[in-house]
Amino acid sequence: MRNVSAALLLAVAAGCASAGARQAGAPPAPAQPAPAARAASADSTSVDRAQYPSTYKRHPNPPVVIRNATIMTATGQEIQGGSILFRDGRIVAVGPTVEAPADAVVVDGTGKWVTPGVIDTHSHIGVYAAPGTQAESDGNEATNPVTAEVWAEHSFWPQDPQIPLAIAGGVTTIQALPGSANLIGGRSAVMKLVPGRTVQEMKFPGARYGLKMACGENPKRVYSSRGPSTRMGNMAGYRAAFIQAEQYRRRWDKWNKDHTGDVPQRDLRMESLAEVLRGNIFVQNHCYRADEMVQMLDLAHEFGFHIRSFHHAVEAYKIADILAREGTAVSVWADWWGFKEEAMDGIYENAALVQQAGGRAVIHSDDASGIQRLNQEAAKAMYHGRRAGIQVTRDQALRWFTANPAWVLGLDSIVGTLEPGKMADVVLWSGDPLSVYARALQVYNDGWLVYDRNDPAHQPKTDFSIGQQP
Amino acid sequence: MIAFLLAQTIAITGGTVYPVSGPKIDNATVLIRDGRIAAVGTNVAIPAGATRIDATGKWVTPGLIDGAGNMGLREISAVQNTNEGTLRGNEVAAAFNVAEGINPASTLIPVTRIEGVTTTLAVPGGDLIWGQAVLIDLDGTTIEAMVAKSPVAIVADLSEGAKSAGGGSRAGVAQRLRRVFNDANEYARRRTDYDRAQMRDLAASAADLEALLPVLRGQLPLIVVANRRSDIETALRIAREYKIRLILAGAAEGWEIADRIAAAGVPVLVQPLDNIPTYDALGVRYENAALLTNRGVKVSLLETQTENSRNLRQQAGNAVAYGMTWEQALRAVTLTPAETFGVADRYGSLEAGKVANVVVWTGDPFEFSTGVEHVFIRGKEIPLRSRQTELMERYRTLPPKY
Repeated sequence: MRNVSAALLLAVAAGCASAGARQAGAPPAPAQPAPAARAASADSTSVDRAQYPSTYKRHPNPPVVIRNATIMTATGQEIQGGSILFRDGRIVAVGPTVEAPADAVVVDGTGKWVTPGVIDTHSHIGVYAAPGTQAESDGNEATNPVTAEVWAEHSFWPQDPQIPLAIAGGVTTIQALPGSANLIGGRSAVMKLVPGRTVQEMKFPGARYGLKMACGENPKRVYSSRGPSTRMGNMAGYRAAFIQAEQYRRRWDKWNKDHTGDVPQRDLRMESLAEVLRGNIFVQNHCYRADEMVQMLDLAHEFGFHIRSFHHAVEAYKIADILAREGTAVSVWADWWGFKEEAMDGIYENAALVQQAGGRAVIHSDDASGIQRLNQEAAKAMYHGRRAGIQVTRDQALRWFTANPAWVLGLDSIVGTLEPGKMADVVLWSGDPLSVYARALQVYNDGWLVYDRNDPAHQPKTDFSIGQQP
Repeated sequence: MIAFLLAQTIAITGGTVYPVSGPKIDNATVLIRDGRIAAVGTNVAIPAGATRIDATGKWVTPGLIDGAGNMGLREISAVQNTNEGTLRGNEVAAAFNVAEGINPASTLIPVTRIEGVTTTLAVPGGDLIWGQAVLIDLDGTTIEAMVAKSPVAIVADLSEGAKSAGGGSRAGVAQRLRRVFNDANEYARRRTDYDRAQMRDLAASAADLEALLPVLRGQLPLIVVANRRSDIETALRIAREYKIRLILAGAAEGWEIADRIAAAGVPVLVQPLDNIPTYDALGVRYENAALLTNRGVKVSLLETQTENSRNLRQQAGNAVAYGMTWEQALRAVTLTPAETFGVADRYGSLEAGKVANVVVWTGDPFEFSTGVEHVFIRGKEIPLRSRQTELMERYRTLPPKY
């Protein structure tokens, strides 16, 4: 057996554990099509060593117990006067009474709320960094409609001043994506939102890569002069790329198996796509319109891959039944609409209707401002759904920005809920997180207090801010 | 239903009324007659034949006013053919009044008003001087029926966005603005010479210079977009030099010089949820609205995204989360913008004689849990329907019945 990248091994582990992570009380998981037959294996990759590995290390911290808070676990429970204990980066206990060791830091949660850390499946923080100049515009490699070879982590700037702002909004994990100029924009970077000098220190250990794909207006606008310039041109572009990738995958899989002949030529673009075909990289697909999403599902069927989540998906409610059947999540806004033609049919009830149909809804941001209040956006979507007569529980709305995005990233066995054994990504809120008045008071990432609203010692600033921002 | 919509006299009874001009009144009646508020209080005689709306347990406020955006001027921002808010090819477009670009049939209007925003400022876009902003009520089949005031102000830009109109320099922007103002004054003094072509070339067209005269005479405010502290200071300086009635818009770093803005008596339009640093405003922060208010600046809150002007109440709620009092925030989306835009005699509070823009909420208007129960614009009850509610109804059970 060849050596396998550590990242890949971890990713496989996460994927396997994922199936067992569903809790009693959680909504039934949507029907999942069987994973591609070509499951990840040691022989599937075209590289035999760790590529750009995460160097993330847990920050050493004392144990913490938060007492007498309302704890929303994202597993169906809202515990009044509850406590949560975490140590060494892991949640140890959650419940009405929790015994804490003598060395635990005790946080009084009276009148406050506790939730899992917020997870955003769609961010451009780091790749479109503030202050938003051309010099920091690193999100779209808009030089070719298919750039599966680019990796968002190679653009990501750890000193983006938007990072601490997102942390202050309770965000602990993001998927930083390439932009949507291209049909296939490149690999995403799944990042723990902690202060760090390097991208590698922030990379979520073991997280799978996502592959950004984009439908509709953006690619055909960007490439109108050279093509694709139409939606049919878009489809032809994806298909041509995956036909090539299928050949590439076969060539490498064969060589990995028998080691005869010359080592095939490595091709970074094809490598990303082949990993999608092998089921190792999740497709994260920017797509607004219902009809286009169903075209993309057909594309996925043609090549035997699975679309993990549609993103933006403002018309998901029109095909909520199909999306539930396919087991494809949707990462949506609560209320963005109308800024472009393919966004004209956005409605408040989108997430709620997807939920009602048995699908998996996620509230995402795609925005450095919106990421700071995903709790508010979920609240908006929940209450509008309820007013329209659609049942959405508070726990379900919480899952829209915690457990469900964790699933979209393949990390739902590790983060996204407050359960013993999960990573201690924990937010303490000043009030009900589904209220407009609540603010994150403390944010723990893997047990590390990365933000404390009342303690300047725990409000890390990026280098950008030093001496430049008041 | 029809009779209900056409009713001339409406009594909203039993609600907790927030007149804004005074303290809240429990279990009060708001009486609407012929499009105006006839009475507000606990002792209001309800005429026989009045349509009664039971607001027991509900909150009643003035309709919210958003002093930003391109409502009616922009259907889809990315579709150029549906945009009317910018006069291209004229960097000094003072005479450009947007009113006739407004589309009363815009789908954004019902989407916005059923969330409690009843009045918005239709603001032009542009380069140095953008044009004339117009205040509209979000109901009416004609432009005439919608316009609440036109013009409200002329809009100019001293932010980073205007630099190309100043040769790439902020100093150039300020100097060009002064040249335009000087030439407007010169034009006013020497109209006859101008008509005989006995004047040098002026810094703008006669129509645009003419349009600036009410600003230079202190009759019409000038809204200046400025975010960086130094740009705000430039705006204050120029306003002082020309005795201009200034309104600051944006004012992201305004909190840094709140005392000076307050001393100048300049009202400010702020979007609370701005905190992403740019080189135009590295000091931008959520607390801006509160810090300005606490120093005595008259602050109106904005939601600048036209299609989501309805999020004005979320902006206000966040302004409270970051330091405003709830009462200050409510005033900042009702009476304060009415004052700033010169319509406080007709808008912004629930008082006898005012235009009956009234919203009945299930609770605190800033909370997500709160829904809108009734919206009245100019005394007419607005059906709580929009293209979005219709799409929802069409697809709430799948497959849809086409």
